Amino acid sequence: MQPLIAERDTPPPAPAPAPAPKVKRDPAPSRIRYRLGRLWLRPWVRAAVRIWIPTLVLGGTGWLLFSQPETRAAIDSVYAKAVDAVRERREFRLVGMSITGASEPLKAQIAEAVGVAFPVSSLDLDLGQVRERVEALAAVREARVSVVGENVLSLNVIEQQPAAILRDGADLVLLDTEGHRIAQIAERGVRADLPLLLGTGAERSVPEALALLRIARPIVGRLRGFVRVGERRWDIVLDRGQRIMLPEKGALSALERVIALQQAEDLLSRDATRIDLRDGDRPVLRLTPYAIGEMTRQREPEPQGEET
Amino acid sequence: MSSRLFESQRYMRDRLRSALRRGVVGVIDIGSSKISCLILKVDVERLDAHRADGLGAQGGLDALRAIGFSSTRSRGVSMGEIAVMDETERGIRTVLAQAQKHANQRVDQVIVSIAGGQPRSYGVSGEVGVANGEVSAMDIGAALAACDMPSFGEGRDVIHAQPVNFTLDHRTGLADPRGQVGARLSVDMHMLTVSHAAIRNIAHVVKRCDLDLAGVAVSPYASGLSALVEDEMELGAACVDMGAETTSVSVFLKRHMIFADMVRLGGQHITQDIAQAFAAPVEDAERTKTLHGELQATGMDDREMLELRRIGADREYERRQISRTELIGVIRPRVEEILEDVRASLDAAGFEYLPSQRVVLTGGTSQMPGMEDLASRILGRQVRIGRPLRIQGLPLPATAAPFSATVGLAAYAARPQDECWDFDLPARHGPLRLRRAMRWFKENW
Repeated sequence: MQPLIAERDTPPPAPAPAPAPKVKRDPAPSRIRYRLGRLWLRPWVRAAVRIWIPTLVLGGTGWLLFSQPETRAAIDSVYAKAVDAVRERREFRLVGMSITGASEPLKAQIAEAVGVAFPVSSLDLDLGQVRERVEALAAVREARVSVVGENVLSLNVIEQQPAAILRDGADLVLLDTEGHRIAQIAERGVRADLPLLLGTGAERSVPEALALLRIARPIVGRLRGFVRVGERRWDIVLDRGQRIMLPEKGALSALERVIALQQAEDLLSRDATRIDLRDGDRPVLRLTPYAIGEMTRQREPEPQGEET
Repeated sequence: MSSRLFESQRYMRDRLRSALRRGVVGVIDIGSSKISCLILKVDVERLDAHRADGLGAQGGLDALRAIGFSSTRSRGVSMGEIAVMDETERGIRTVLAQAQKHANQRVDQVIVSIAGGQPRSYGVSGEVGVANGEVSAMDIGAALAACDMPSFGEGRDVIHAQPVNFTLDHRTGLADPRGQVGARLSVDMHMLTVSHAAIRNIAHVVKRCDLDLAGVAVSPYASGLSALVEDEMELGAACVDMGAETTSVSVFLKRHMIFADMVRLGGQHITQDIAQAFAAPVEDAERTKTLHGELQATGMDDREMLELRRIGADREYERRQISRTELIGVIRPRVEEILEDVRASLDAAGFEYLPSQRVVLTGGTSQMPGMEDLASRILGRQVRIGRPLRIQGLPLPATAAPFSATVGLAAYAARPQDECWDFDLPARHGPLRLRRAMRWFKENW
């Protein structure tokens, strides 16, 4: 039921008063800020603050520190320690040397030439230099130097093969195919398989001598040596005092001719001391006095030509 | 004329010249509603280049480039004059710091406009015999010195004294008589005085901001330089700069300002009228004026209701509604009053005798819709709304009508008008009057 007494109007709740409007702050820079801002816009101030002052401070501090010997010594020692620490590592340690491809006396020679006292760090070793030193040995044609695992300096050597013996005064010298001296030997018998070369300039013509040797294979048992005459041609010395005098040019074909004569006519078994092939047209023989006598004696009944 | 006046004005000119040579100059417009600053980069070669149409050096504006701009609400300024020195200084610091930041360039020399100070115009003339048959700068100086000084009262300072017309032996209308042959030279000079205190305060505030004053120009002159196009300046036109608290008038003929005046009414008064009429806070009144203000009531405006807070209301719902017609009814009489004062001022200047009588309205209040119609009805002349000349790099906000004076100062910086102190004057002519009036220069610099 509707109450008869009118209800008193409840006043509406008082709305919250509007917040006081915010008063904006003046954006004006303070006087100090304004002056600093203007100062900062000067190019030289900017350059000074950004570049010169930092450079000077850093440079000055660095110089001050560096100018003291203790600091420098400390830096040096730290550096040296760091380098040593790396160098002394087990991985870089070389304890020995293995030489392959060389004969025993050469091995000793190479070990001496390398001249490294083991153990040594591989960082201290200049492999190129070692190689040069080893290759400087006459008996070594080529050397490969490497450090391969196992902390061993490995030297792979290809020896120089001796091809001839040169008698140089009282010395006997081994020569390779190019005529390079390899080593000295004490006596001829050590390398009886090699031809003996004599005479001035013999070592410069080793290839020719070797070629002659190959042709002279059939008479190799009688061969005593090759003599270079006047630095231009070869004489082949055989036993029994025989000597084949080869021309300066065409020595090979001349020798072939002699071998052919030997095989056909048994020329070298005859009593001739010199077979002279210097004249290309005909060979000339020098006979022993006995042979000459025999020949004149035999020529009486039936004349016989000097030549064959 | 006073040698001290010469020294101080020449000092300012030297500052300006050195700033132009260095390539950077700042302008600060201290207005009643805003303080704005423009930093200009000057291309010196183009500044000195001669124009193809024989009007001397290039207008200068195309040698300028605006590299920094900022504007802030004005504080401590009333009627275009500094009322609170500290506040104004803070305002200048704000705009200058911002503009410098924008430009990334320091500015030391500034040109400042003075918006108040009750400028008063005087036309004076002087006549001398030409010394050597050919008119030289010395003769012009002598003619300027021979001008009879009007009595412009105590506490007034000459701010502009510009030779606007030369007459050489009955030939008048010469812009530059130098090098011409004649016997008698007479000069018409336009002299503008402002109140001593106003200009002295301006000089002081600039000094407090660690800046060099490179020139002072009255704001009607600066507005005219930027709002009028060249033909209007040549044929005769008036520039009406409708500011917040002052409305200034300047009349130009043959590229010279020949008259300047100021009406101490402006947009702020309209705002106050609205605030009074509707008992609204000034802030709201300003907002309503800017957004909805208009001058021509139509039937539509009766139905358009605007909301306004009441003054002292602390609750959101305490709003009142007014129709736009009511608003127009408050705004229009005040604008009419302003324009009538402008008309009176133009009449006093003899504006009706000019060959062309265009009126160009500029300044913030001129942006109110319907202003063109109302002004042409009241002033009885062709009216247009003038916007500042374009300068390269001018940011968009600065191309609107309120910034005419700022941009005009830039034009002034690029090609300062010859003032009488740009000529050497013979020392013996020295009106005591002027010397005393310009004492502030000696006290300030």
